[in-house]
Amino acid sequence: MSDVDASPSTAIVWALARDVRVALRSKGELGVQLLFYVIVVSLFPLATSPSRELLATLGPGVLWTTALLASLLSLPRLFAADFGDGTLEQMALSPRPLAALVSGKIAAHWLTTGLPVVVMAPLLGAQYALVAPVLGTLTLSLLLGTPILSLLGAVGAALTLGARGGGSLLALLVLPLYAPVLIFGAGAVDAVRAGLSATPHLSLLGAGLLIALVAVPFAVAAAVRIALD
Amino acid sequence: MAADLLLEARGLAAQRGRATLFSGVDFSLRGGEALVVQGPNGSGKTTLLRIVAGLTMPSAGEVRLRGDAMRAFDAPLRNVVAFNGHAPALKDELSAFENLDAWTSLQGSPMSRDQIAASLDNVALSRRQRLPVRVLSQGQRRRIGLARLALCDRALWILDEPLTALDAEAIGMLGALLARHLAASGICIAASHQPLPLEDSRMKRLSLGEPS
Amino acid sequence: MINWFRLSSPVSFYPIAGAWSYAFAVLAALLAGVGLVVALWIAPTDATQGDAYRIIFIHVPTAWMAMFIYVVMAGWSALALGFNTRLSAMMAQALAPTGALMAALALWTGAFWGRPTWGTYWAWDARMTSTLILLFLYLGVIALRSAIEDPRRADRACAVLAIVGAVNVPIIYFSVQWWNTLHQGSSISLTAAPKMAMTMLAGILIMTAAAWCYAISVVLARVQSIIVERERGAGWLESLIDWRAEGTT
Repeated sequence: MSDVDASPSTAIVWALARDVRVALRSKGELGVQLLFYVIVVSLFPLATSPSRELLATLGPGVLWTTALLASLLSLPRLFAADFGDGTLEQMALSPRPLAALVSGKIAAHWLTTGLPVVVMAPLLGAQYALVAPVLGTLTLSLLLGTPILSLLGAVGAALTLGARGGGSLLALLVLPLYAPVLIFGAGAVDAVRAGLSATPHLSLLGAGLLIALVAVPFAVAAAVRIALD
Repeated sequence: MAADLLLEARGLAAQRGRATLFSGVDFSLRGGEALVVQGPNGSGKTTLLRIVAGLTMPSAGEVRLRGDAMRAFDAPLRNVVAFNGHAPALKDELSAFENLDAWTSLQGSPMSRDQIAASLDNVALSRRQRLPVRVLSQGQRRRIGLARLALCDRALWILDEPLTALDAEAIGMLGALLARHLAASGICIAASHQPLPLEDSRMKRLSLGEPS
Repeated sequence: MINWFRLSSPVSFYPIAGAWSYAFAVLAALLAGVGLVVALWIAPTDATQGDAYRIIFIHVPTAWMAMFIYVVMAGWSALALGFNTRLSAMMAQALAPTGALMAALALWTGAFWGRPTWGTYWAWDARMTSTLILLFLYLGVIALRSAIEDPRRADRACAVLAIVGAVNVPIIYFSVQWWNTLHQGSSISLTAAPKMAMTMLAGILIMTAAAWCYAISVVLARVQSIIVERERGAGWLESLIDWRAEGTT
């Protein structure tokens, strides 16, 4: 029997390509999270007041918190389909490293749910009277932060596979873990709004992202194996 | 395929909640041998297969491959096993061709387009190979599973109810695949209500009793 | 040399847990008695806050315990995953409700301290906010356990969650501290005021020790009931109950 190519990069690419292809063919689901994001962000001013000053103060928080919620909304789909049709089992039993395979899946998930939010946010930020440099920081903070949300969320998604309680349980598990990302992400935008530098916030987010990229997939793989038990 | 393959189970036991499904299951299989697991519904056939495949740990006992004890998901076991469970393991949105391509690639032995097309042709699915699996019938999906076995170079086949939804012709194909696999010193463990299309002399049997 | 692996079976541990639980309950009562005497009589009235500050003798110990217990729970969880022992997982299961209770008590007493002192029940200070998030983490572990039917699977899933949470706890505390100093400045910090007289510090430490003993006692008692619930049907339990009924304890 030939030695199997156990390199992580092949596994990551395999999972990424497959998941993106599957996602593109289920077009109906793709736009929903983005639509949710747009609607909720647009609803907030109706609940408060459209005064430019108030909106500019609220803006970073609203745009970031709604990104969190949109991420939560999309998480169950990360593993549920593969779990149900048996392909997750095949992945866990394959010779390829499971941590790499789930990394590919998480990357595909971010590309189809997180990245659209990153692209949309500055456009919506204009609704909140945020100026260009602030919008730039908003985009950058979301660009660094949404992958962390996908990674941490994946742990919750894997742990709740086959558990009762569905989305609400997932939210309870994952939202406390999201808190630091929210603090640094929204904090970066606030800092720039106040005329300060966002470098400390963004550096911390970046460092967090690097650590999460390296460490979290192993926790997700462990959680997937537990779910398949 | 490794001619020195030896798969042993010693004292395997499994529980569901507090009830014991089975206990004291022993068997030993060399290359070229097949084991049929029989028993009523709920007797734990699927659980036993999942334990041997390395998806779950038994509550007692161990599985040994080439003399080494295997825990769930251990690499040597993953390198030899091909598991066909209840679920067909097909993505509905992808075509039969794409599914096979992805699976062989996942197992680390990607096949050329011609090889995949040929295997689908052998199970009479070439006209539908580019359609999303969603539109195929149950029987056609099971044939994709057969094509997958044909492309599979793994030594240990673990099949859960492989005859489900197969017509007579497909059962014949499965028989041929099994015979070829065993002739090449592979091992096959299958749970099946119906008799497998294999000569009796090559099959060992294991019966799991009533659930307690 | 204690044979730790013999202790790792629920069977052997059950009577030991009972004995130690009782011992620690007595110890907790004694320490709490001394601590309360210090808290209510010996420690002087604070110049700025009057007698209302005395609630810190419960607030600070419970806040510390909420943190400690989470770390201990994560430790037992790591053992459960690493050695696949049932008892380690049962200990982790037993710790979560007590940890959640400590966190809730810390929040409640903190609110009652805040009201007379700063005029508000909730001041969004760093420690209260971190403790609140810690409470959510505890509730998450408890909720996950009840959401998974198979006990062994629940053990392992909760273990992973506890460990992931534990790694995040310092990050959460740090980020909340950061957030708090940016927005609140130095106006409110529950650790700063009042300036600690020696007696106050002694009182807090005694109450913390009492809380430790209480937690150990309660957790061991809970582990006993978990063992009974999960090992029910194993013959040894019936014989154990007979033995105790005969009064030979």
